[in-house]
Amino acid sequence: MSSDGRKPRIAVFKFASCDGCQLSLLDAEDELLAVAGAVDIAYFPEASRRMEKGPYDIVLVEGSITTHHDAEAIQRIRRQAKTLVTIGACATAGGIQALRNWHDTAEWVRLVYAKPDFISTLKTSTPVAEHVPVDFELRGCPINKHQLLELIAATLAGRKPNIPAYSLCIECKRRGNTCVMVAAGTPCLGPVTQAGCGAICPSMRRGCYGCFGPMESANAPSLASQFRVLGASREEVDRAFRSYNGWSWPFRRVFEEAPKP
Amino acid sequence: MRRKSYRLDATGLAALIGRLHEQGYAVYGPRVDDDALHWRRIRSVEDLPRGWTQELAPARARLVPDSSGGLFHHWTCAEGLKAMLHLPLVRVMAARRENGAFRILHNPPPAAKCAFFGARPCDLAALAILDRVLLGDRYVDDIYRARRENAFLVAVHCTESAPTCFCASLGTGPRARSGFDIALAEFAEAGEPEYFAEAGSPAGIDLLEACGAQPAPPEMARQVEQACTRAAGAQKRSVNAHAAPALIDALFESPHWDRVARRCLACGNCTMVCPTCFCVNYEDRNSLDGQEAERWRLWDSCFSQSFTYIHGGSVRTSLKSRYRQWLSHKLARWQAQFGTPGCTGCGRCIVWCPVGIDITQEFQELQAAAAAAAPPRE
Repeated sequence: MSSDGRKPRIAVFKFASCDGCQLSLLDAEDELLAVAGAVDIAYFPEASRRMEKGPYDIVLVEGSITTHHDAEAIQRIRRQAKTLVTIGACATAGGIQALRNWHDTAEWVRLVYAKPDFISTLKTSTPVAEHVPVDFELRGCPINKHQLLELIAATLAGRKPNIPAYSLCIECKRRGNTCVMVAAGTPCLGPVTQAGCGAICPSMRRGCYGCFGPMESANAPSLASQFRVLGASREEVDRAFRSYNGWSWPFRRVFEEAPKP
Repeated sequence: MRRKSYRLDATGLAALIGRLHEQGYAVYGPRVDDDALHWRRIRSVEDLPRGWTQELAPARARLVPDSSGGLFHHWTCAEGLKAMLHLPLVRVMAARRENGAFRILHNPPPAAKCAFFGARPCDLAALAILDRVLLGDRYVDDIYRARRENAFLVAVHCTESAPTCFCASLGTGPRARSGFDIALAEFAEAGEPEYFAEAGSPAGIDLLEACGAQPAPPEMARQVEQACTRAAGAQKRSVNAHAAPALIDALFESPHWDRVARRCLACGNCTMVCPTCFCVNYEDRNSLDGQEAERWRLWDSCFSQSFTYIHGGSVRTSLKSRYRQWLSHKLARWQAQFGTPGCTGCGRCIVWCPVGIDITQEFQELQAAAAAAAPPRE
């Protein structure tokens, strides 16, 4: 609750993305009424026809910046936002569509579209933070609904959200999981990936694929070397790190700093 | 005083578990679950990992078929007993607003009576260390105390060592000396396994005698002693904890820490699997309407930056400073703080490190660096 007693106004904006992170908010079925009771949802086109103008107290931004229009819009949105929070891998790291950043975008446009003249796009897919200051990041592809609710609850209470920046391993071990890398030789990005998803994949005996992006001080080159020890090829290692959060430097350095074969 | 020792056949062993259930214990033992051994509830001997043994190496743990016929032809569970007694995640309080004040809704529930069947000497040594840390100081950890006081411990001596074991150098194994209600040694060579059972408490004596245990012949005790001595001799890894404090002081700025930091992921796995790493953090949570709040306690790790976050930032920002902190505390500083090293030689940090960093090897290399730097003797 803000100091004048009115409910905080929330807005949700979307750029290049699949909408999955916004759906995480709608997916919070049990808590949705409580959210609606605690905040004023002023702008959320995916959920409501009501579209109120800013300024807003909290702006959640999904998606990466891929067009000139996006690049201008995010500037306007930032000016309307008291607190700007990116939600998900696209807004935070550029998303899977950042794969274009290593290729000739113009050529792709020619290959994919029948009438390329209609396509106006930037050469790159970049995170929101490369364009405007970001106050907080919610990681994941998609984000975790409990983290989103924690962020809202903490903001309403005026406290720091409990959103750890340490490795997924800590969360995984607290759950009592067996390490898939040590016990099954399965490459797992958990040791360099930020916690927060509840260790979903290792709990299902799969390696983490890093959708929460790099943890604080991630040592990805060391993990990449271990993947090679486990028998992964150079290409497999590159592919593991070059996915949803591939454009984030701690992961990108694995293949950009590696000696060329 | 000589401990009472008994001979127990397979039927007697099965009866032990049955009696513990009758006495109201939730009985836990090493159990195969998701490619590893974990402390899990056991109903009977059938749930113990007969037919399985372990291959343990840096960054590698495998369960492999075993033909010994023994129930205990393996070593440590993936986690220490810490996971059972110093819980990874516990709600310590909940509160609700009422008439301008708040009412406490929840306190930790009374601890269940738990029996641990198949604890290793290093597991017992870890509990002795946790006892000193969590019970032996001015501030007693009530959650741990409640569970610890209700614990019944059936240990198993290690008559073989895993390649990653180094308990002998720290004096914590391979033979259990104290801290158990019953300690077993398994003889599985000839057909049906047979057990040498030592009672470590009056409750242990009562239980063994109620299960029809007969006094053990003296040669049985000798055989156990010999097997454990052989197991100790077979250990290739070691740590000289006596040398640790001076060594760490002398090598605080050694370039060796930079070398290990290139490999260290700061993922915290070593601290999670370490049976004595006791650090926790507290988190307060509140409902969206601000009417309810909860306080949770979670295992924390000195490998996280938030661990040393103070006004203005984290103290230990580099990987080097965090690995150095962990090794230094575990082997050296712990001695000044609590009277013993914080390490039991169980080898879990070696096995479960995703890149196989070996604390014993790091320590040897520090010793070598110190020797190289020392001025030649006159």
